[in-house]
Amino acid sequence: MSIATPPPQPSSAGIDLPRPFLDWFASKGWQPRVHQLELLARAEAGQSTLLIAPTGAGKTLAGFLPTLVDLTRRGRPKPGLRKPGVHTLYISPLKALAVDIHRNLSTPVEEMGLPVEIETRTGDTPQSRRQRQKLNPPDILLTTPEQLALLLSHKDAERFFSDLRHIVLDELHSLVTSKRGHLLALALARLHRLCPHLKATGLSATVSEPDLLRQWLVPQRTGGEMAGIVTVAGGAKPDITILKSKERVPWSGHSARYAMPEVYEAIRQHQTTLLFVNTRSQAELLFQELWKINDDNLPIALHHGSLDVSQRRRVEHAMQANSLRAIVATSTLDLGIDWGDVDLVVHVGSPKGASRLAQRIGRANHRMDEASKAILVPANRFEVMECQAALDANYLGAQDTPPLADGALDVLCQHILGSACAEPFRADDLYAEITTSAPYAHLPRETFDRAIQFVAHGGYALQSYERYARIKLTKDGTWRVAHPSVAQQYRLNCGTIIEAPMLNIRLTRQRKGGPLRGGPVLGKIEEGFIESLVQGDTFLFAGKVLQFEGIHENDCIVSKASDLNAKVPAYAGGKFPTTTYLSEQVRKMLADPSGWDRLPKQVSDWLAIQKAKSIVPGPRDLLVETFPRGNRYYMVAYPFEGRLAHQTLCMLLTRRLERAKARPLGFVASDYAVAIWGLRDMGQMLRRGDLSLSGLFDEDMLGDDLEAWLDESYLLKRTFRACATIAGLIEKRHPGKEKSGRQMTVSADLIYDVLRSHEPDHILLQATRNDARTGLLDIGRLGDMLSRIEGRIVHKDLEMISPLAVPVMLEIGKETVHGDDVSDALMAEAAEDLIRDAIGADI
Amino acid sequence: MRAALKTVEQVTAGEALAIDYAGSEVLLDPAGAAWFAAERLLVVSDMHLEKGSSFARRRVFLPPYDTAATLARLAAMAAKYDPATIVSLGDAFHDDEASERLGDDALRAIGAIARGRDMVWVTGNHDPSPPEGVPGIPVDMLALGGIVFRHIAEAQETGHEVSGHWHPCARLVRHGKAVRRACFASDGVRLVMPSFGVFTGGLNVRDEAYAGLFHAATFRAYMLGSDRVHAVGPRDLYGD
Repeated sequence: MSIATPPPQPSSAGIDLPRPFLDWFASKGWQPRVHQLELLARAEAGQSTLLIAPTGAGKTLAGFLPTLVDLTRRGRPKPGLRKPGVHTLYISPLKALAVDIHRNLSTPVEEMGLPVEIETRTGDTPQSRRQRQKLNPPDILLTTPEQLALLLSHKDAERFFSDLRHIVLDELHSLVTSKRGHLLALALARLHRLCPHLKATGLSATVSEPDLLRQWLVPQRTGGEMAGIVTVAGGAKPDITILKSKERVPWSGHSARYAMPEVYEAIRQHQTTLLFVNTRSQAELLFQELWKINDDNLPIALHHGSLDVSQRRRVEHAMQANSLRAIVATSTLDLGIDWGDVDLVVHVGSPKGASRLAQRIGRANHRMDEASKAILVPANRFEVMECQAALDANYLGAQDTPPLADGALDVLCQHILGSACAEPFRADDLYAEITTSAPYAHLPRETFDRAIQFVAHGGYALQSYERYARIKLTKDGTWRVAHPSVAQQYRLNCGTIIEAPMLNIRLTRQRKGGPLRGGPVLGKIEEGFIESLVQGDTFLFAGKVLQFEGIHENDCIVSKASDLNAKVPAYAGGKFPTTTYLSEQVRKMLADPSGWDRLPKQVSDWLAIQKAKSIVPGPRDLLVETFPRGNRYYMVAYPFEGRLAHQTLCMLLTRRLERAKARPLGFVASDYAVAIWGLRDMGQMLRRGDLSLSGLFDEDMLGDDLEAWLDESYLLKRTFRACATIAGLIEKRHPGKEKSGRQMTVSADLIYDVLRSHEPDHILLQATRNDARTGLLDIGRLGDMLSRIEGRIVHKDLEMISPLAVPVMLEIGKETVHGDDVSDALMAEAAEDLIRDAIGADI
Repeated sequence: MRAALKTVEQVTAGEALAIDYAGSEVLLDPAGAAWFAAERLLVVSDMHLEKGSSFARRRVFLPPYDTAATLARLAAMAAKYDPATIVSLGDAFHDDEASERLGDDALRAIGAIARGRDMVWVTGNHDPSPPEGVPGIPVDMLALGGIVFRHIAEAQETGHEVSGHWHPCARLVRHGKAVRRACFASDGVRLVMPSFGVFTGGLNVRDEAYAGLFHAATFRAYMLGSDRVHAVGPRDLYGD
């Protein structure tokens, strides 16, 4: 995020900028922008403000200008007088962004010779500097939500923040949608109490509901209080096109391999191209494909969150030095870091959301008055429609940022423990403070009290742990930490980022025979992925094809593979479903043949054949097709509600079909459709009335069927593990420790099973269910869909597969869902082989 | 590790796998217990009762229902096989003071399980002194029907030996998918029992800790499936 302020604009009169600022602007030939002065004026009037501005609008300087002016007026502390504490806190979602801002802010501060000290404090800051910062704090402290929570949990937090005047929250739109945002909201509520005159400035990209962010910034006392808002209109409309490929657009898949020559040509014709993909595995694949045809040896680099830090830094430096022609990246580059002179953004695959597209395009061209240029490359035919919808939305300025969820209960539990570590608290006071934060404004008192019980001794109905309590209610009515070790426990477990256990990928030089160790680290990879490999398997990572050799302690040892056809890393993260807004647009597009001519001919032809052979559903309808194929019978439905909600739907439909004796065998879910197959003719069952679609898709499936399924769902267990760790029920795994005595550890799955059968209403199970509504199970979206389609299900019984069904049918076999059934089948198969071998040997 | 926690009915309904061991038939139950029909002997190992309250002493508050859940499973096994003798093969209690923390309900449950049977508590490394206030006889080891029962397998033992301690589990990888489950580990001479407690993790049978205990050629991991036991050979097994 550059703070440079290009071409002059009309200056806003009447603002009294100190001399050094006027001189500095003059020396650069610039003038302060209207919104920068506006923010200054509001801050001087003591108001909190939300600034919504596109990239390149000088957001950072706008956020810090009030601080710099105030500190300049205050001047350096007189010798002998107490040096004031931190004046301004800056919170960023990324460590890298804090470091970047430090650099960008230091330049004007040095050039103007301002009496301002700026320092960062992140997880990487050495202990000695942290200590020094507490004794001798800088004027501006740049930090992260976790570090702020830690600072607030110290006994001297109140003194440390006594001089705080201003807090700047960067990339607020991205922070507020996560549990980190909840942690930050609770910290902000504390700061507002400690410093009643605190002004909060939120910096945000365009969002669908700015009022929610305005409420987020200020204490909610009567409810609905809002910070002021300053909106900077977007610059020139971006120039976005959808790649009109001469090649055939595939039916399914996510690789967009067909378009590589055209993408490469676009790279050649531009100075610097940023290529965005949705997942790390797509990034690896795209990088590999581009290098296969990189005849000109263009410097093309790869950047994603799993790569080793030093490699990422090298790429970032090369990018800033403009020595790269293209960079393939995932969302690690979504946030506002300065990336040099990008003149083209290529999005490979659908961006899956209108706002996400806007934010990613903003990466190109930091001069907001020039049009950014972007090309969308749909990976399959449904994505063609999705890209068209995203493009339309961008033109209209439509936004589909995710709705804000209520504050998570596991984060609440963590915060309560942190509060007790700072100072003894009264439940009434803490409840009053917490409910001033927007995400927790509607927190029921009863839930808060249960959270305290959980923190104190687990909150179980069977109260057998009271004598070991972490916090105790004392005679004066305050809750106090029962033992000094509790604060240490809190500090080790603070934070909300629960990463899947990761292993280092180490490239060994030794081949066969020698011990498996040594070699450079290429990055980190999820343990879950490695678990599915056996020695000799190959996969793509860091742009190389690697062969899995084995695991040594926390290292996954690999060698360079000669094989060019690798398995692709199946990363857990990064696969987000299409947003509700975009899905709705795609349904509308599908329902309206008069607009099909805007789509590439091969896509409109495809839809026309669908119309002739089956049905094109209306925008609110659910089309269900049934047809035989091979010796199986298929049912394909098109809800267009995203992969997660579809997976949940499939699980529940399969249960119901089993009960109806349709003998289902399997299912597959894409972002657009679901397919279920079985041994009985479901079309015939529907015709005869043995099966009813309205019954099958009835909303009541979210009742008992859901509960019964949740009992066994590994997805819910994964969600529970995260909640239990954040809430402090189980301790975070710390690198290096976990391998000692694995049989002594308690797995979260076992705790989940015991808790579900003995105390289904426990606060952590409540937290888990809340997360499941929006998270991995997307139950909320499924519920909305079921009520939308009530009475609007259209059935078409076909003799053969329909054109629309082809994409989802092609997914069959590519992806299957794990579960106990699969596990049992695998073990049974291995046992059968063993028997067969034994019998064979006997004969 | 084990498939999802089962109701008592499901635990009872599991289908045991018969193996030939020390000249007689032994049933390996998917709940993790072994049934020596000739002796009417039921063996379980590593129940780790009161593991929850043991963690609570370090202020980690696992659900306090582990003892009740484990004992309910043991009661179900006792009802299913109606043993004359039940042997707990050590680490029945998670720590040396655990038996003192047993609640009244747990004591009653143990009493009911032990009623009319011989209850034998082999001591383990987690519970070296015999439990107080619970019915049964504490022993260091036990020899019965030509089989030695002890908590930790001894490398120099050459005869049939049944032990626990390691919480064996096995990892099977096929078709790009992995399954990790608790298992009975045996080469036909030595048998290492899976842990029976609901809060217990497992140590992969490929770990160095098992070195020298088994004959590789005849080794089997009897993996605990959700309703049956699967015999898996070394070829399919992988380390963690």
